Amino acid sequence: MTKIHVSATVNGDPVEYLADPRESLLDCLRDHLGLTGSKEGCGTGDCGACSVQLDGVLVCSCLVLGAEAQGKKIETVEGLSRGETLHPLQRKFIEHAALQCGFCTPGILVAAKALLEQNPDPNESEIRFWLAGNLCRCTGYDKIIRAVQDAAAEMRGAA
Amino acid sequence: MAKDELKTGYRLIGTRPDRPDGLDKVTGRARYGADITAPGMLHAAVVRSPHAHARIIKIDASKALALPGVKAVITRADFPTGLTGEDWNLQENTMAGDVALYDGHAVAAVAATTKLLAQDAALLIEVEYEILPHVTDVDAAMAPGAPAIRPGSADPSVPEGMHPNVIRYIDFGHGDLAAGFAAADLVREATYKTEATHQGYIEPHACLGQMGADGRGEMWVCTQGQWYIRRMSAAVLGIEAANLRVTPSEIGGGFGGKTTIFMEPLSLALSKKAGGRPVKLVMSRSEVFRATGPTASTSMDVKIGMKKDGTITAGQVYFRMQGGAFPGMSPISEALQCAFACYDVPALKHEAVEVLANRPKAAAYRAPGSPMAAFAVESMVDELCRELGLDPIATRLKNAARNGSKSSFGPSYNQIGLVESLEAARAHPNYAAPLGPNQGRGVASGFWMNHGGETSVSLAIGEDGTVGVMVGTPDVGGSRASLALMTAETLGIPYENVRVNIVETGALGVNEPTHGSRATFASGKAAVEAARQAIGEMCRRAAAEWGIDADAVEWKDGAAHPAGPNAGKFPPLTIAEIGASMGSTGGPISGHHESVPGGVGASFGAHVVDVEVDPETGRTTVLRYLVVQDAGRAIHPAYVEGQYQGGAVQGIGWALNEEYVYGTDGRLQNSIFLDYRVPVASDLPMIDTVIVEVPNPGHPYGVRGVGETGITPPLPAMASAIAAATGARLRSLPMSPPKVLAAIRAKGRG
Repeated sequence: MTKIHVSATVNGDPVEYLADPRESLLDCLRDHLGLTGSKEGCGTGDCGACSVQLDGVLVCSCLVLGAEAQGKKIETVEGLSRGETLHPLQRKFIEHAALQCGFCTPGILVAAKALLEQNPDPNESEIRFWLAGNLCRCTGYDKIIRAVQDAAAEMRGAA
Repeated sequence: MAKDELKTGYRLIGTRPDRPDGLDKVTGRARYGADITAPGMLHAAVVRSPHAHARIIKIDASKALALPGVKAVITRADFPTGLTGEDWNLQENTMAGDVALYDGHAVAAVAATTKLLAQDAALLIEVEYEILPHVTDVDAAMAPGAPAIRPGSADPSVPEGMHPNVIRYIDFGHGDLAAGFAAADLVREATYKTEATHQGYIEPHACLGQMGADGRGEMWVCTQGQWYIRRMSAAVLGIEAANLRVTPSEIGGGFGGKTTIFMEPLSLALSKKAGGRPVKLVMSRSEVFRATGPTASTSMDVKIGMKKDGTITAGQVYFRMQGGAFPGMSPISEALQCAFACYDVPALKHEAVEVLANRPKAAAYRAPGSPMAAFAVESMVDELCRELGLDPIATRLKNAARNGSKSSFGPSYNQIGLVESLEAARAHPNYAAPLGPNQGRGVASGFWMNHGGETSVSLAIGEDGTVGVMVGTPDVGGSRASLALMTAETLGIPYENVRVNIVETGALGVNEPTHGSRATFASGKAAVEAARQAIGEMCRRAAAEWGIDADAVEWKDGAAHPAGPNAGKFPPLTIAEIGASMGSTGGPISGHHESVPGGVGASFGAHVVDVEVDPETGRTTVLRYLVVQDAGRAIHPAYVEGQYQGGAVQGIGWALNEEYVYGTDGRLQNSIFLDYRVPVASDLPMIDTVIVEVPNPGHPYGVRGVGETGITPPLPAMASAIAAATGARLRSLPMSPPKVLAAIRAKGRG
């Protein structure tokens, strides 16, 4: 099958890749661009481990075709930190032990960042419903929710 | 009481430092099973049976092999013959032989230059089947007339006259059962059922295997146990274990499901056939559900007698469990051991049968067997308490297993924390929180025996006095942190100066997987012993430097000191100084320990849950949830809490939503996360935890495993809470809204 040439921006960097029309954006990130931080847990948009932002919108990259990213801005977990400085969410996840196996963590971090961009002061229920599309099988979510709350408080304080 | 026995004054044990692998895991750098590539790599896809039970008449791969870029196709014909016992079972499950035994059973595999090409090629492999009658339900599988799945595979323990699908029978007990039931004021019996659930780790199985014509190979794989992968893959492929080097990736959850092989040997067999090119094989979620280990489904009879004051006088269980089409996979023995483990009862009888059905080969799932047993026994204890008007915690305390009491399965308990856990649960504010209409509270206790297992750990002092620890138990939930804490505590050095590395099979002696809640217990105990050995050598180096006897040197605060004034006056020699000069004082300094550690400490816990049930829809909402569990000693309390919370939520999922749904055609109908619904963030409240610490005398820091018990109480606690809220007792899991609604309505009619 003829491949499609795609130009996009990933975490601020210009990228180009050749996408098979059947390949998801997740496949392209992982297999063509070497960005394996985004994970495939289901391939059907049910687990959220592949969450990225596409032109600022939170999506499951397994449900987006690689070819659809033409001209778009993609942000992945690899773009969360600035040099050596971690995003407050990343720091708080470590601090609160909000990860056990860590496989769902990239997607949850990206999803939580998207939440805090829209709503810098979410209550517990808002965080729980926003993250309802991100499955975590290890933690029971308790420490994840607390880490997001704490990061949000810190970011509000810094703003 | 027990708290006072704790050795206090630890510098690091009990603190909550950042985990060493945290940075890698929040930045996306951590490399899991599917995250690695190799030069010349091929991709594999597996052809799976769409039938629950079918004879394989013919496999024609000619069209697939004709595709440019397809490098190899394998079937069972590519595997060695003559295997026996569990090796044969593993081979048969890896690739079906004459008969496909369940929906999803592998029948062929293909390697090609791209993932998409491999998937296309798999679709072109033509398999001709003769469909055979099937059975998937445990009770149906042992009923007269059920198709015999593997005739002749029953072991001699099975009583005469049972269906050939019944392949193992166990019974044990003690006391005078008839007298016990006669002494009771109330005797009740009932049947409880649980469906199979999946471990549901978010990372699908993935591996990258390479093997040449000489039978030497390497594998990168997400697993709880690299030596198990090595041994099982070598057996299935007929190669020598030493010729296969297995490196564990980071692991995206396992919960017991990644302690065995499913498709790993396929990558090696394909690689060999494709001229030794590395082959990557990653399962889809649907393949994970259809073809990797769920847990057993069960049907369980329970009978318990109780006096009006709550004394349990006798108990009897008969468990029927199916773990798929392969023997040995139903945890009947564990289930029976756990059934009455929380109680001291004068007369007990335990019986169980293992049953074959046309389902995937079950694997361990967190406290295998215990959650089902608890659902039956703890639900029945609650039913009796409710009928007799007794407090469920007081009743459990009255009958509780205590230090020195003989366990329901034989051995006497040493130091255990069940009473302390129940008392802490009763004292928690959750147990006194007011309840509104349609709300109810449930209580249950839980048990897991914990495990030691083969363990080998090495430790090496660096030239700057920092320390590398090599362990064989993959880090599923923060064990690098707990192992570094114990090593640093023992050596008297900063936590940050210890790096714990999870190593490949060539680097250590055989280690069992991270299973049985053993990583922090067994690898921890071995790491402490290895550190003590290194301390001994460092003291000898200091003694030689000072010209005194090694016995006159003591180790404290990360340095060798003269032991008292008679030893002489020398400034301490720090670990950094000893490390810097070790090249000229006798060479490298290391410590090593290997054993099957004894002193395993049994684990007990108690849960309290409040729910609200919507009488219109039958939907259950968890209002508050409390986990109390004895950790022995919490090395890193945050990760202990994490185990409690995660286990409880898996149990809540099992209780409320999760189940394998088979159609009448024997096909799994819910093989994606949309239809197999695990708990999501919006389903849950915060999970409150209390860490009880009754130190385990069998571990240098008092550790007991903490991973497993937490999944056990939620099943009965949820059922009892729903019963309290609605008056309807559900004896079949999951307690999904339609089932709860039907139970409420049936009660109304009754």
